[in-house]
Amino acid sequence: MSNEIIAELHKDYIYNLMVKQEREDGRAFDQYRELVIETNVINKAEGSARVRLGDTHVVVGVKIQPGTPFPDTPDQGVIITNLELIPLASPVFESGPPREDAIELARVVDRGIRESQCIDLSKLCVTAGEKVWMVFIDVHVLDDGGNIMDAASFGAVAALLTAKLPNKRYDLGEDAPVPMRNVPVSVTAVEIGGSIMLDPSLNEESIAGTKLTVTSNQEGDVSAMQKSGVQPLTTEQINYIVDMAIEKAKEIREKFLVI
Amino acid sequence: MSKPEKLIEDGIRIDVRRADALRHIKIEVGVLNRADGSCYFEFGGNKVMAAVYGPREVHPRHMQKSNSAVVRYRYNMASFSVEDRKRPGPDRRSIEVSKVSREALEPVIFQEYFPRSAIDIFVEILQADAGTRTAGINAASIALADAGIPMKSLISACAVGKVDDTLVLDLNKDEDNYGQADMPIAMTPDGRITLIQMDGHLTKDEFKEAIEMAKTGCLAIHELQKAALTEKYSAQMEGVNNEQ
Repeated sequence: MSNEIIAELHKDYIYNLMVKQEREDGRAFDQYRELVIETNVINKAEGSARVRLGDTHVVVGVKIQPGTPFPDTPDQGVIITNLELIPLASPVFESGPPREDAIELARVVDRGIRESQCIDLSKLCVTAGEKVWMVFIDVHVLDDGGNIMDAASFGAVAALLTAKLPNKRYDLGEDAPVPMRNVPVSVTAVEIGGSIMLDPSLNEESIAGTKLTVTSNQEGDVSAMQKSGVQPLTTEQINYIVDMAIEKAKEIREKFLVI
Repeated sequence: MSKPEKLIEDGIRIDVRRADALRHIKIEVGVLNRADGSCYFEFGGNKVMAAVYGPREVHPRHMQKSNSAVVRYRYNMASFSVEDRKRPGPDRRSIEVSKVSREALEPVIFQEYFPRSAIDIFVEILQADAGTRTAGINAASIALADAGIPMKSLISACAVGKVDDTLVLDLNKDEDNYGQADMPIAMTPDGRITLIQMDGHLTKDEFKEAIEMAKTGCLAIHELQKAALTEKYSAQMEGVNNEQ
């Protein structure tokens, strides 16, 4: 699934463990790696977060600037999400414009935030048709230890929850928090030889046939979903992942991402 | 265009369909001369052309795989296919659509039969009317078969969505723009899902119902795909028999 090279022997090892309901790092199938989220790590950004999910390490910065709204939504703010897989983060990442993997990651992070309507975009309007706040979410992957998708999405939400509209700098009054009204949490599962596990490590991600990311909101409803990878999934597998993802999202939200 | 007051009235949608009805589908197989396989597919207002080239030599060479073919998929929207002119060339959306569409088809292609070669699928959206990626996948799947690429089965795709709190099959443009959820799905005729994406808002129960609804839609499309292929090739067979 990824460009990562993994020894056949190691693949067999992971498969054999899986048959015994075990994982390489001793986790249960539905268990996340240790998650650490720090916020306000970049002072120059309006909001920021550093996420460590096991060995995966990402920094998300939110920049907020005034700009012109899109003609079809003159009274709504704008969200722009970008993610780059820079060569610093892995020997298999190359420099240059983002390719399909990075674009997919960025678009799925964006979809979770946009479709859950967690930001009240109408409150990001300064003058209808002329000036609205543009929220730029930039994800910087520093170390790829697997499951960049969830790390990036947690980081984006955490950064937004602490982000401030820089009213003062543009003579629009006092700085105010970004109007957040929901907390979408994405949960990614992989399918390996018929088994489903959450939060894949780099090795697991490399041998998995397919990946399914489910983003759910605080009401426990689904806001976004993306299947990535060649292996097909059955309806039962998808329903199983959706149920599990909603439960897991609740846990993560309560512990790490509170409005 | 502004939001219609009601997208569904008395169970009837704005384009006079029931909730579980597909839009009109028209399929023409083998319409291009130069391509190894091709298909023209109309799905409601979508007009899509798919062409398959290959198996053929891989360029650039470093992309080739020693033990299987590489499958490449290019989804491209014509600049005139949408209301406001689309800037030509690939954008982020079309790159993502190309990736997931390729992954939707790859599982049924016997790639291992053609090491060091490429199977190129080109999908051109000539007119867009909500559901272009599913129309593209339906067309590409037929074009692959028309090119004689060995496949385990066809792939059929359609979207389910939610409008006015009702689940509906195969969204039209207004339902896509003003609806509450959109979930494109592609699957094999035996129900293995090769593409699923979703955005909007669905409760857990709605989601489960939606996926079943998509299944019915995909199966209906599968019948039409099969019929279109049989029609072309049975006509050819008759020609051969007459000559004998």
